[in-house]
Amino acid sequence: MIAELGHFALVMALVVATLQAIAPLYLARTAPDTALAIAMRASFIQFALVLLAFAALTYGFVRSDFSLAVVFANSHIAKPLIYKIAGVWGNHEGSMLLWVLIVAAYGAAYARFTDIKDGFAARVLIVQGWLGVAFLAFLLFTSNPFARLLPAPFSGQGLTPILQDPALAAHPPLLYAGYVGFSMAYAFALAALTGADDGGNWARRMRPWILTAWIFLTLGIALGSYWAYYELGWGGFWFWDPVENASLMPWLAGTALLHSALVAEKRDTLKRWTLLLAIITFALSLSGTFLVRSGVLTSVHAFANDPERGLFILAILGGFSLVGFILYGLRLPRFAADKPFQPVSREGLLLVNNIFLATATVTVFLGTIYPLILDALGMGKISVGAPYFNAVFAPLTIPFALLLPLGPLLNWREGRLKPLQNSLALAAGLAVLVTCGIMLTRSVAHGGSSLMIIALFAVALWLLFGASLDLAQRLAPYRSRLTQFWRLPASAFSAPLAHAGLAVMLLGILAATQWREEIVVAAAPNQQIDIAGIALRYDGLREIDGPNYRAEQARLTYLTGRHQGTHIFPERRFYEAERAQTTEAAITTDLTGHLYAVVGETSGDKRVLRVWYHPYVAFIWLGALLMALGGSFALVTRLKRA
Amino acid sequence: MTPKQIRLAAIGGGLAFLALAAGIALTALEDNIVFFRSPSELAAKPAAIGEAMRIGGLVREGSVKRDGLRADFEVTDLAHDIGVTYEGMLPDLFREGQGVVAEGRFDASGRFIADTVLAKHDETYMPPEVAEALEKSGKLKAPYAQHRGRAEQDGERPQ
Repeated sequence: MIAELGHFALVMALVVATLQAIAPLYLARTAPDTALAIAMRASFIQFALVLLAFAALTYGFVRSDFSLAVVFANSHIAKPLIYKIAGVWGNHEGSMLLWVLIVAAYGAAYARFTDIKDGFAARVLIVQGWLGVAFLAFLLFTSNPFARLLPAPFSGQGLTPILQDPALAAHPPLLYAGYVGFSMAYAFALAALTGADDGGNWARRMRPWILTAWIFLTLGIALGSYWAYYELGWGGFWFWDPVENASLMPWLAGTALLHSALVAEKRDTLKRWTLLLAIITFALSLSGTFLVRSGVLTSVHAFANDPERGLFILAILGGFSLVGFILYGLRLPRFAADKPFQPVSREGLLLVNNIFLATATVTVFLGTIYPLILDALGMGKISVGAPYFNAVFAPLTIPFALLLPLGPLLNWREGRLKPLQNSLALAAGLAVLVTCGIMLTRSVAHGGSSLMIIALFAVALWLLFGASLDLAQRLAPYRSRLTQFWRLPASAFSAPLAHAGLAVMLLGILAATQWREEIVVAAAPNQQIDIAGIALRYDGLREIDGPNYRAEQARLTYLTGRHQGTHIFPERRFYEAERAQTTEAAITTDLTGHLYAVVGETSGDKRVLRVWYHPYVAFIWLGALLMALGGSFALVTRLKRA
Repeated sequence: MTPKQIRLAAIGGGLAFLALAAGIALTALEDNIVFFRSPSELAAKPAAIGEAMRIGGLVREGSVKRDGLRADFEVTDLAHDIGVTYEGMLPDLFREGQGVVAEGRFDASGRFIADTVLAKHDETYMPPEVAEALEKSGKLKAPYAQHRGRAEQDGERPQ
């Protein structure tokens, strides 16, 4: 009954979304107020209905209602409650329902929070209505989450064990909130294109929404990376897997969009580029979904390989992009040309930022799409892996990070570096000095580094000191009350935090990849293992029972160092219901590095153990958190002003 | 500078930068792609010694020999076999008779020395390259065909 109610709610949501997409279009000229009122009501009702459907599916999972096909295929009675709930989006149908829920949530949130109620707001909601129609139709016609099985099976097939993890419960909602959030960029771009050139006012209204999307996407990607790091048991944090790239592309384009929208808002310049970027960013978000959901790519994320679904998403992607680009082409001449600015100015540097980020996006796109094209043409199956991306990103990062700190320090229109030359020289000097220090101390243990690596360390530190300089400049007017933290303006922290976050992440990536140590041994009980100056003892193995798995648990003891005497317990788990096996790494987390131990198969009377030391690896996710925090400060500033 | 000069400089600089970036990207792509070859393809056209590649198929029943960290096994598409040597920790679901992908290169004696071994994560999954290789050799049986693409890849991945 509950499931039928959920299904019915989805059908009603489609009807309401259609109303939201079409009715205000007709009324826009004759009765603009009515048009807006309808669009706003419809977005509230659509959200409520999808929420109801989502609750109904969650209920099905919690109650283990195996008459529902998705519950049968993806759940099991012997599964902890949290994973029953997370199981709602641990499958194709449920995750698309979550997607639709977030589309509707953004529409409703915009209707609720928009400060100006005009034709522009109505047009944003109309576009959101069309998105609702497209994805609800996709859900209902190709991926109905409420499909029944008759007769109902007694037991479910279970959720893939590697997905039974707390981080995985949060990863998809965060990521989707990011992807779908960029639909707002698209909606705003279309609303701007169909209106008059309002001097960048549309960019001002768009920024909080793309900031929100960007924060969610940053957190979602970071969480996914962290999950892969600890759950998949091989200690890497980024694999340049096509699916990861699918989320990185909209992130890179979205980061560019954040910056160019700032220019469009403040200076009424780079408008045409910003509009194009808004459409492209959303198109990249959609192609991410297409790549992941169509089964074109095989990975942890490919739930189902159903060509019909792939075609449907491709049609949605093609349709929305086409409409976007056609409108862009037709209406662009109405937007006034850019105001002039000097190359050395904040606009100039933000333009450089956009060129770099756009290049990075294209690079990732090329590496991701090339194997697919080659395969489609029957020219062989290839894989493009980390070496390609490293070879391109390393040289690209150096000039990018070198120029980045200058942007926020310069004035709009015409900037002057002269007054800053002493501080900049200090920052550069410090960066060089610290780099030399790091290289000298580390080369003893790890040998020399290549010029590229040394340069990358130096620019990362320069970026960090540059961000501190930026913060100091912004806080200079408040010198007298620096101790009263809460009275300082939030806006002063946004860019410095985000840029420092990038620096911290770069440092983490460099340290973790350059100084990583790894040892694989076939160990007998009581054997000592030495890694990165730490001595461990393998004590032996025992069998334990978990809630829905059995495990072989090894015990290792620290013989030296800060953790002396403590034990760690890497496991190999066997999941009965899913008939699968996973590796649970034991990770000792310190800010200065992670010790990461994994237990493998038997080899004679010994056990294969694999132990890594990942120095400063936590900086990678810490950097991402700082970036998201910087974004949040910018958002808070904006909300206060609104 | 006048606005016109600035625009020219911006366009010129942008184009030069794009050309440079495209150059780097294409060179990197050329140097770093790795081809997948099935045992039958390799039997028809042997690979050069030392060329990086991915091979895949089923782990031949009864072929796995372990000695400490070293594992020797044969990868087969049921028409041809390749002898593989791997030193390190095999992935969770590495089993005889199951699908596997190995990344590495052939040595002078014709053995495939793997740097990485990727295996499937649950029992219904078959790496797509392996499924295709088996289809081509005409040995693929029904259950795999249905399950291609469901579930997930890779006990281990290249780093």
